[in-house]
Amino acid sequence: MTKYVAKRIFMSVLTLFVIIFVLFVLIRIMPGNPFPVERMSAEMILQKRAELGLDKPILIQFVDYMSMLLQGSFGNGTSLYNGAPIKPILLACLENSFKIGVLSILFGTTVGLLLGITAALNRGKFLDGLCTVFSILGVCIPSYVFMIFLQYFFSYKIPFFPYFFDPSRFLFSSIMPSLSLSLFTVATVARFTRNEMIEVMNSDYVKLAEAKGLYGFELMRKHVLRNALIPVVTVIAPLVVDLLTGAMVMEKIYGVNGVGKLMVDAISGDGIDYNYVLALGIVFSSLYIGIMLVLDILYGIIDPRIRLTAKETA
Amino acid sequence: MRNEELGIRNADDFEFIAGRDLNVDLNFASQGYWKGVAVHFCRNKLAVAGVIIVAVIMLFAILAPIVSTYGYQEIVAVNVDGKQIVAKSLEPQFAGEAQNLFADKTFLFGTDDMGRDLWTRTWFGARVSLLIAFVAIFIDMIIGMSYGLISGYFGGHVDNIMQRFIEIAGSIPTLVIISILAIFMDKGIGLVIAALLVTEWIGMSKISRAECLKLKEREYVLASRTLGAGSFHIIFKQILPNTIGPIITQVMFSIPVAIFTEAFLSFVGVGIVLPQCSIGSLIEAGFNNITVLPYQILPPICVLALLMLGFNLIGDGFREALAPKIENM
Repeated sequence: MTKYVAKRIFMSVLTLFVIIFVLFVLIRIMPGNPFPVERMSAEMILQKRAELGLDKPILIQFVDYMSMLLQGSFGNGTSLYNGAPIKPILLACLENSFKIGVLSILFGTTVGLLLGITAALNRGKFLDGLCTVFSILGVCIPSYVFMIFLQYFFSYKIPFFPYFFDPSRFLFSSIMPSLSLSLFTVATVARFTRNEMIEVMNSDYVKLAEAKGLYGFELMRKHVLRNALIPVVTVIAPLVVDLLTGAMVMEKIYGVNGVGKLMVDAISGDGIDYNYVLALGIVFSSLYIGIMLVLDILYGIIDPRIRLTAKETA
Repeated sequence: MRNEELGIRNADDFEFIAGRDLNVDLNFASQGYWKGVAVHFCRNKLAVAGVIIVAVIMLFAILAPIVSTYGYQEIVAVNVDGKQIVAKSLEPQFAGEAQNLFADKTFLFGTDDMGRDLWTRTWFGARVSLLIAFVAIFIDMIIGMSYGLISGYFGGHVDNIMQRFIEIAGSIPTLVIISILAIFMDKGIGLVIAALLVTEWIGMSKISRAECLKLKEREYVLASRTLGAGSFHIIFKQILPNTIGPIITQVMFSIPVAIFTEAFLSFVGVGIVLPQCSIGSLIEAGFNNITVLPYQILPPICVLALLMLGFNLIGDGFREALAPKIENM
């Protein structure tokens, strides 16, 4: 197990390093000018380039950048475009996004699991049908359509929830954003859990356990759930990652000051901010790779068979 | 004499039986592979419903902008009672009385805040979105399929290197890829297609590699190799046709992803730019006016949801038809 974890961590760090390198080089070799040209003379630009170290060879710039990154700052730490500091803005945005993200993951997986389990236990009955219809709709209809409708009906038509996200009333105003963000997770997890549960409940070993006289909660907990939930963990991984994309739209709709909005601002404004794009790229990639790593290891803990095969191949 | 003793027969010992009644099992008649798939697919009501939904939308997307009286970027002016069209123009400064009209007989979906006909714009937008999805996924299919087949067929070091590359490419978040592309390219259709090209081929290549690994050990491939066929011939003429089923399923699931990605990019403002329109940019425009004019967002959202639903149903249908489970037979 330790060897497996070590190998996974090593691979993840390597991947991250390669990604940062590629991002860095791509952004540096880019045609065009990172400065607001109309406000600066050619000499000023040259001076600024020298000041920021942009005239050095790319590899040396990369080494400089990496050493600063390891000390916890993104390059020279300011936006190339308007000189605003990156780190505090980024941290504030990350906090907002992170809180809403965690809430919606918790909500999505809990409700999804409950729905799936209920549907599987009532197979073929009304509840099951309801759950199936809901999960088909949830998978097919894009989440931001849900968001727009939720916001329109529950914040505008019936003005119960706040229309926009408000960090000072965090819990109350994040109900709508995290709820709408988690609908896709609920639908996918519910459908997957239902199918897995039904497959396990029809398996020979559960029938044997029933024949031995086990029933009810004990049977579910020890024999069905443990085996049915293993594949469910695998779908949660890509779902968590999808939340990053969903968050971008959610942040626009609910006016959240989050990383998604920051990213959109950095690439869709008049001037593209290279330092921001680089910093955000690094943050997004580390989040993504980190989540994948954690879930992979978690998967190994839940399912001993994976540990065994990993040992053989390692 | 000798031959008969040895059990060797010649042509005279055989009888020609063509034209006579043969006992063919009609209950379990043999079927071609694709015919079987088609029969299974048509038996699936949901899948057929998906085909109908997609076909109707595609028909409208192709025909409606051609038949319509207004161009998709034409600004229309009407007289005061809103019934009679008095002028049309492409100039953005052109002002008529036709802004934000609610749906009626003249404007089936109403008009937008510039005074453009939403019926025409919606179907034109659907056309743009579908076109982007088809073009991007088609190219993805070709790239992914070739990559996966080559990687799976050659195996060993080639496979190892190609798979490590995929592992790294696949762990770059889509958003980061899009932001890099946005730096290199202008906003618009090209950016959306490029974003789809860079991200969607990986899934295709994984599937075709898995299929290739299964198929390359088969006898017919061995026979082909024994007869002296080159790798290129074996991969593309012998293995490829047999991997087409799972690939089509993947394509059917990729198309809604592509449509969604386009809608998503246009919504956050890095996709299609005005006065061009797509489903995503229409939703974005409608969203900006949602509290005052909620009818403007309905048509594009319905088309988007129906398209996603339709393609997902078709994909599910294909998956089941290609590998029917016993309980469904």
